[in-house]
Amino acid sequence: MSAQKIHVHPFERNWMIFSAIMLVLFATAVSVAAFGMGIQVPGPEQRVDPRTVATDPNSPWSSPGLREIVPGKKYDAYILAHALPTWEYLPKELTVPAGSSVTFYVTSSDVQHGFKIQNTNANFMVIPGQVSKLTIKFSKPGIYNYICTEYCGVGHGVMYGSITVTP
Amino acid sequence: MKQYQISTGEKKFIGSHLLVAILALAVGSLFGPLQAFEHAGWDFYPYLKPFIKSYYQGLTIHGVLNALVWTTFFIMGFLTFNVIFGLKRPLKNIILNKVGFWLMVVGVVAAAIPILANQATVLFTFYPPLKANWAFYVGLTLVVVGSWVEGWGLFMTYIDWRKENPKERTPFIAFASLVTAALWQICTLGVATEILTMLLPWSLGLIAGVDPQLARTYFWFTGHPLVYFWLLPAYISWYAMLPKQAGDGKMFSDSLARLSFWIFLVLSTPLGFHHQYVDPGVPPVWKFIHSMLTFGVFFPSMMTAFTVIASLEHAGRKQGGKGTFAWIAKLKWSDPSVAAQLLAGILFFFGGIGGLANASYNVNLVLHNTAFIPGHFHLTVATAVTLSFMGISYWLLPYLTGKKLWNPKWAVAQAWTWFVGMIIFSNSMHVLGLLGAPRRVPLNLAPYVPAEWNSRLFQVGVGGAILFISGALYLTVMLMTALNKETVTEEVEVPIAEPMQDPALGPEWLDRWAPWIYGSLALIVLVYGPVLFDMIKNIALTSPGFKVW
Repeated sequence: MSAQKIHVHPFERNWMIFSAIMLVLFATAVSVAAFGMGIQVPGPEQRVDPRTVATDPNSPWSSPGLREIVPGKKYDAYILAHALPTWEYLPKELTVPAGSSVTFYVTSSDVQHGFKIQNTNANFMVIPGQVSKLTIKFSKPGIYNYICTEYCGVGHGVMYGSITVTP
Repeated sequence: MKQYQISTGEKKFIGSHLLVAILALAVGSLFGPLQAFEHAGWDFYPYLKPFIKSYYQGLTIHGVLNALVWTTFFIMGFLTFNVIFGLKRPLKNIILNKVGFWLMVVGVVAAAIPILANQATVLFTFYPPLKANWAFYVGLTLVVVGSWVEGWGLFMTYIDWRKENPKERTPFIAFASLVTAALWQICTLGVATEILTMLLPWSLGLIAGVDPQLARTYFWFTGHPLVYFWLLPAYISWYAMLPKQAGDGKMFSDSLARLSFWIFLVLSTPLGFHHQYVDPGVPPVWKFIHSMLTFGVFFPSMMTAFTVIASLEHAGRKQGGKGTFAWIAKLKWSDPSVAAQLLAGILFFFGGIGGLANASYNVNLVLHNTAFIPGHFHLTVATAVTLSFMGISYWLLPYLTGKKLWNPKWAVAQAWTWFVGMIIFSNSMHVLGLLGAPRRVPLNLAPYVPAEWNSRLFQVGVGGAILFISGALYLTVMLMTALNKETVTEEVEVPIAEPMQDPALGPEWLDRWAPWIYGSLALIVLVYGPVLFDMIKNIALTSPGFKVW
């Protein structure tokens, strides 16, 4: 009895081979994009205490905003998301010149939020106690809204800010 | 040949699952269209203010009742039926199963009270530090524990059967249902740990704070296999019942059907990070590993697609169908149970493709938490699963009650309106997501909505309206069937598609539990262990609770 094998119809075998090839192709495409083209997802950056992150004078989020690293080219943006006292990002507006690359450091002082910059690949969770970091290069001038993509209370739907990329 | 008769008491017991499930769907589905109407600019929420305080409270009711209560109750009832009918024996200890059922009912009530009182507007993902009333967490715990107890009752029944039939192959519907129940027992350990070690003591004031990143990780340990807990009962019907109903077809490959269920058991849990690709606290290398395993679990779904379609083709040809595709027309589309499940299967094809996009690691950067996600899961859980369950209930309710299905033509219309409404709704949600629209937002009020979204938002409302009609049709047919004075002339036949080859000719290892269970646990330890160990070692209970609704 133990020598019994699964009976597989030839059509079915071909289908399974086709399925496996498809999956290998998808996995390859994703891997090339991740490791060849460097389209990466966020990873652990640093831990903070959400109770003091907005008030501790040593915390960069006590004075959130843009820091110029290389004028006109490289910036760090420290952004604080909060639901209390009102649903907003601090700062609400940023301005950078076209061609600059901006590294975002975003955290929350209360509940979970999202951070998605429209028309870019920047889209990540903002979780209290964690810092989300991602670098985006802004080539084209224009206005890029950043919006909250995770439910954070009744003001969730009005929570957004904007980046102005000047020519 | 006369079919096995299940006892009247067991029929009532299974029927009570159906009753709670349909009541939950009735209330929950009232709110679905309200969200869709809001998107189109027809906002009813201001008029509901005395009862429902916000869009988000409505969304919480919709998500909890439809995604958690309707599914779990229907599934536990259907699995119980499959085990009894498949093994041709009564439950070993129906009292135990009844205890499980009532725990679940008490749990639903306990969770419903704070939800309706606007004390638990935390959506069905209840991410901390949003802090609901403690009764909400107690309720969820009772639902999970109750479903465990019901599962134990099923396993005990199986063990007795196995003792008496040591050499036999487990009949397919019982086998597949037991695998589904086992998957549920394993995967719910995540959410149970989340609630019992953090959320419940925190909501009771015993601990001051929680670690939101760790909580999310526990949640998604359960969150993705939950999808398979929803889906596998629909697969059981598609594999082993639908081909029979559609035209006296047989199941094309019994062995591969069993193999695909085992693969689901092993691969469903160790891939939860694909819901956390953009979480800051999870190392990218583990996200990548989970993404590869997610592609792996796509494989048994492809196998399912082949076997189910081949079995349906067998049915179509048996009814005189010819040609490459013309046999499809010969399937019994006039039977509402068949129409509902075939249409559910067609939309699941697109749901699967969207799911692959979500699962694709960095592609997810474009899609995460956009309207694409609810667009996707309304094709999967809200159509492949829900419309199939509706289809199953079109024969199951007459079977359980002895009442004739009221107005089958309305039931057929219900299936088609769901299909059409969902295509319109879901397609526009997918497109909105690609344009950047976030999920879980009353978009009519959002200040950043560009004009180019408007036509799509209107379509969301149109789809919602058609779905509302379809939901009303379903509830009418169910209610009128339950009240029907016309009874069935002879016992409703349980549709069972026999396998084309004798299951006893398949390999014995397809009927062995230990290697698959141990394999599943080992893989979980391997791909979750290091990350969870690290997170627990560095746990920071620094987030106090917030009630921001």
